[in-house]
Amino acid sequence: MSKEHNNTAVLKKDKSSNEVLLEVKNLKTYYPVKGGILRRTVAVVKAVDDITFEIKKGETLGLVGESGCGKSTAGRTILRLLEPTEGQIIFDGQDITNVRGTSLRKIRQDFQMVFQDPYASLNPTMMVGHLVSEPIRNYNSKSEKELKPEVMDLLAKVGLPEDAYYKYPHEFSGGQRQRIGIARALALRPKLIIADEPVSALDVSVQSQVLNLLKELQDEFDLTFLFIAHDLSVVKHMSDRIGVMYLGGLVEVAEKDSLYAEPLHPYTQALISAIPEPDPRKKKERIILEGDVPSPIDPPKGCTFHPRCAHAMPECQSVKPQLKEVKPGHRVACHLYK
Amino acid sequence: MSAKPRKHKYAPLLEVKNLETAFSIDGTYYNAVDNVSFRVNPRQIVGIVGESGCGKSVMSLSVMKLLPKGIGKIRSGEILFDGVHLENMTDSEINKIRGKDIAMIFQEPMTSLNPVFSIGFQLQEVLFNHMKISKKEARLKSIALLKSVGISRPEKIVDEYPHQLSGGMRQRVMIAIAIACQPKLLIADEPTTALDVTVQAQILELLKEIQEVNDMSVILITHDLGVVAEMCDEVIVMYAGKIAERTDVDSLFHNPKHPYTQLLMGAIPKMDEEVEKLSTIKGIVPSLKNMPKTGCKFAARCPKAMPECLTVTPQLAENENGHEVACLLYETSQPKQEVNA
Repeated sequence: MSKEHNNTAVLKKDKSSNEVLLEVKNLKTYYPVKGGILRRTVAVVKAVDDITFEIKKGETLGLVGESGCGKSTAGRTILRLLEPTEGQIIFDGQDITNVRGTSLRKIRQDFQMVFQDPYASLNPTMMVGHLVSEPIRNYNSKSEKELKPEVMDLLAKVGLPEDAYYKYPHEFSGGQRQRIGIARALALRPKLIIADEPVSALDVSVQSQVLNLLKELQDEFDLTFLFIAHDLSVVKHMSDRIGVMYLGGLVEVAEKDSLYAEPLHPYTQALISAIPEPDPRKKKERIILEGDVPSPIDPPKGCTFHPRCAHAMPECQSVKPQLKEVKPGHRVACHLYK
Repeated sequence: MSAKPRKHKYAPLLEVKNLETAFSIDGTYYNAVDNVSFRVNPRQIVGIVGESGCGKSVMSLSVMKLLPKGIGKIRSGEILFDGVHLENMTDSEINKIRGKDIAMIFQEPMTSLNPVFSIGFQLQEVLFNHMKISKKEARLKSIALLKSVGISRPEKIVDEYPHQLSGGMRQRVMIAIAIACQPKLLIADEPTTALDVTVQAQILELLKEIQEVNDMSVILITHDLGVVAEMCDEVIVMYAGKIAERTDVDSLFHNPKHPYTQLLMGAIPKMDEEVEKLSTIKGIVPSLKNMPKTGCKFAARCPKAMPECLTVTPQLAENENGHEVACLLYETSQPKQEVNA
């Protein structure tokens, strides 16, 4: 395994080793809505509704969308923290959609998660050294003492002082806690890290520290990232390719430059134009969307975006557009593009 | 070399002079807002930016006199609103101004509405408090207000409850309540932070429109420099309870003077620029208890810090053309020579 790592490290600079690490095919995750005295399922929330994408080794795929679009659910389903309703997840050549028990546990070493809230994701009663070694101890019987050099090394890698080992989470600031979370995720030397809004709880100056750290670690450990966030400028900074989600579906996937230079889907266009530009001299044409995101319990028929879309045509109300490649590497799900 | 006092075309609507607001931690008071002076002119949108803990919210709470009783207090300084001193007003006096002439909207549209009262009731509450108005008129007026903040079917929404609305709609309701009495000053504390970008764009647009129609002044508190660039005329950058820099929006973004502002600008990823590394600021904002007693409060994190930064407190002074900065790199910020020094 380590040999493989070294190989990709050499290939790193052009970043596109063509090997696919993660493939998601027609993934659906539905949550049941229970109602009545018998707690029967009265409806389903289609949190993730038929998404397909792949991530190559060493690549960062960004997943953006507004709250409730299913981006976190997608991340969690890939890690098998949630059961997929339908579809396939292929990780490193192995179909992990239905893997269970010990084999699932074994595979989980290879993918880790960094969570949004550094305050809630660390056990407050555990020492940092203990927290960081926990994932390793889960998989082998080494004692904490034996692991100490390794943990110290990890702490140094994420930029925490040595004495952090003996401290507790409450003694750290948000940014430092996020570093602890990152050290934990790195402990097992995973291949894939799913970062779910890792910086949205942090101040800008700290946010940039954590973003820089994630990029450095990616180079050093040859990590592949699925980077989930709602902030487009952050996602653009971090990712090689970006997928835009709306109401459970993937509406556009493209190289980041292509996506920002020429967004094709009307939703992506609105999303990009909505970002406030930190430069008062640039006045941009703004597309203001009407209304709110509809409920995923009863999503609109056809294209889920059509009630808010300025370009909606009659067929948008009935036919659901499929994700199609309209330019090399640029896929979009919209009837405007044939 | 002392800077000339700035010329003011109008009498300011709000003038804060040497405000010090302190919070009690274990019985000792620590200044969260430390000797802050600024003014807001009529029809002006003033942005206050800074990271969490820089005192931006405490400052707005001081102006509104909404500091938690027994914990926070205004130690010294003056707050003049339309020529009237607010700092020593009693509760009943300030109640006549609060909600009428000065209104506020908060970050969390989820928690700032009362879940057990209908939208209409909460709107009418403000109207009844400040106007002589019949029930019927109040209802009609609240429907008109909801309409003016862009809520479709206001006749229905007026009888609905907060949980039935989305985050963006609730923030619209909050704005409707805030502008109900046509305030002269609106303080918006992170009004769009909890919202998605597309909804944020709607709300910002609405705020701008209302500001123009009602001839209001707005203090916009935010950590998002993009929002500031889009909305504000003038910007105040705060750090650790003090004003680091104050200027018009254009020169702040194109000629930032304080090292803190410069770093802050470099720390945000930009859409049209590709950088491998973002600039960072080492360390974190010191907590109230660990605030440096002397010198510049940013010195410990500042890449341009000089030895005297640790001992000499920089003064906020005009450096050029209405651009005020508090940093010893600029001669204008050197403390004025005492006669006996």
